[in-house]
Amino acid sequence: MRRIIAVLLENESGALSRVVGLFSQRAYNIESLTVSPTNDKTLSRMTITTDVVNHAELEQMMKQLHKLVDVLRVTELTQSAHVERELLLVKVRTVGSEAREEVKRTCDIYRGQIVDITQNLYTIQLTGAGAKLDAFIATMDDASEIVEVVRSGVCGIARGDKALRA
Amino acid sequence: MEMLSGAEMVVRSLQDEGIEHIFGYPGGSVLDIYDAIFQSDKIEHYLVRHEQAAVHMADAYSRSTGKVGCVLVTAGPGATNCITGIATAYMDSIPLVVLSGQVPTFWIGDDAFQETDMIGVSRPVVKHSFSCRTAEEIPMAIKKAFYIASTGRPGPVVIELPKDVQNPLNKFPYEYPESVSLRSYNPTLSGHKGQIKRAVAALLSARKPVLYVGGGAIIANASKQVLELAEKLNLPVTNTLMGLGAFPGEHKQFIGMLGMHGNYEANKSMHNADLIFSCGARFDDRVTNNVEKFCPHAKIMHIDIDPTSISKNIHADLPIVGSVEVVLQQMLDLIDETQATNDSESINAWWDQINEWRAKDCLAYKTSETHIKPQQVIQCLYKVTKGDAIVTSDVGQHQMVAAQYYPFKEPRQWINSGGAGTMGFGLPAAMGCKIAFPDRPVVCVTGDGSIQMNIQELSTCMQYNIPLVILLLNNRSLGMVKQWQKMFYGGRQSHSYMDSVPDFVKLSEAYNHIGIKVDKIEELEPALTRAFELKDRVVFVDVAIDPEEHVYPMQIKSGSMEDMYLSKTEKTDA
Repeated sequence: MRRIIAVLLENESGALSRVVGLFSQRAYNIESLTVSPTNDKTLSRMTITTDVVNHAELEQMMKQLHKLVDVLRVTELTQSAHVERELLLVKVRTVGSEAREEVKRTCDIYRGQIVDITQNLYTIQLTGAGAKLDAFIATMDDASEIVEVVRSGVCGIARGDKALRA
Repeated sequence: MEMLSGAEMVVRSLQDEGIEHIFGYPGGSVLDIYDAIFQSDKIEHYLVRHEQAAVHMADAYSRSTGKVGCVLVTAGPGATNCITGIATAYMDSIPLVVLSGQVPTFWIGDDAFQETDMIGVSRPVVKHSFSCRTAEEIPMAIKKAFYIASTGRPGPVVIELPKDVQNPLNKFPYEYPESVSLRSYNPTLSGHKGQIKRAVAALLSARKPVLYVGGGAIIANASKQVLELAEKLNLPVTNTLMGLGAFPGEHKQFIGMLGMHGNYEANKSMHNADLIFSCGARFDDRVTNNVEKFCPHAKIMHIDIDPTSISKNIHADLPIVGSVEVVLQQMLDLIDETQATNDSESINAWWDQINEWRAKDCLAYKTSETHIKPQQVIQCLYKVTKGDAIVTSDVGQHQMVAAQYYPFKEPRQWINSGGAGTMGFGLPAAMGCKIAFPDRPVVCVTGDGSIQMNIQELSTCMQYNIPLVILLLNNRSLGMVKQWQKMFYGGRQSHSYMDSVPDFVKLSEAYNHIGIKVDKIEELEPALTRAFELKDRVVFVDVAIDPEEHVYPMQIKSGSMEDMYLSKTEKTDA
């Protein structure tokens, strides 16, 4: 079961290593992890995507996260309406104007942006849920030669009134 | 405001925290702190012979008193030598503050002499840690460390102090914070009211209840509540290895320790119970045996201050997060208020059943003409000390025999490394207890393997005149390893035989202690009597025991709780 956990924690040195250490120490799986300070600079917000065997494992994982002294709040996003986004930067090699047009068309369909061009290379930026980025990469792979891919990992937030605040 | 250097702040903060004893070992990066200690008359420092022992001493000091233990060591190897001790305390939820030196901040990351990332190395085995990068941070870091170590589920906290931060030439205004609050850390103490109601209802309607009491009850000082609840409702009580003493060992409602080497009646009662009420016990694998077969008829109620302990190994039908003491008091108040009680008829029938299991007398053993049995040694120890000694132990067969045959009267009387199973714990632990309770008899029950893992501390005992009794159950082998090899590895004794056990009497004498060798059963009681009469000396009693003796009962691997070997020739029919 893929799950997205949002964590609000003290923006202090060592806090990240405690979270990462917890996951390796307890043999939990991390698919992606993003972290950055919030509007309140004393706090960091982390989004972790993980694959759990069952609900009990998820519950234990969340309790273990909450047990860390630096952690203020822990919530799971996939249980209710939420928005998840990931940023993709992909560099592709294109030869010939036809290929270039194909890349541009695909890019437009996915609402990506070309953010850098050289004679033979396009760098494309795309945001969306993980599945959309996967699909885009697959399509691009057919239309051109993928040179380099970087993904930010998932950022998530609950829809509606729910908020993760100190 | 008073102006102090970082080094002085460390010592003053400890003083202001009420610390009287500290255990440690100096070195380059903490010389300034040691200089400040030299000038303090409030803190008594004990110089160990190996840093691991300093942590075990502080740990046992804490276990026996309930106070926070405190350790001071230098950077690098001084710090890493503490790791086993810290892990030991972590596994048993013991509050410690470990101060370690560090290279100066401007060298951190450069692989400087004696640089080790102590925060990183210790991270998996601490509750929390701090690294002070300025002197001004020191008082608050120490305040927070003691607060975090001692509240909630207690545990060790490490503070790293780089050398330049301690600099005696740089003075800063000092004030020790009166209180501390952390927005990210607020342990729950009292139980949810609705859960308390449901727990009382479940407990009162249970026909075959068992009170399963662990180390959490000792840490929370909940013995009074456990006793009151047990007596009020006539409940059978079992203690975990860590919980021994939480309920009086000679009480008629005590059915013994449970688990891998638990009593027949305790394990049988658990397996056949309709309600298991865990008070600060965490369903450890040494208790449950195969979790798939664990107590198939029982509803599980679980009080624990640490939410992660609840439903970790065994699903709790009725979880209550809170301190065992507070939650049990809430339950007792509710029972008093409602004047409710349980069905004495079904409880009596349950006791009839338990007493039938008891009649099996699972701790009975055969004595021998030629060999002293380890059980005899512990029973003799109990007799000579009238059950009043603080008993520390190492890890192995002797530990299990001590747990089984010395019925502990009160909490904090039995000091052992339960979770981590750290050999070498016993001697420094006994020293920590003796420093805390100079007027009480303290004995370290040990084995010939374990004692040699921290034997250098005999020297510390000599330096500070810490008189205690070391009771060595000497079977010239790593007994528990050997037992497993005999039972499960076709008797192949791979590296479990101590080929060159030293002459412990001579060794003790080398440290100016008294050594007594016991080879015959008739020498045992006089030797122990003499050992406890020599109140101002360390007495090392080396007892040659039957090397072939095993620890029973013993749960059968992959079985349920009630599947046990009862002797070399008998097992339950499973």
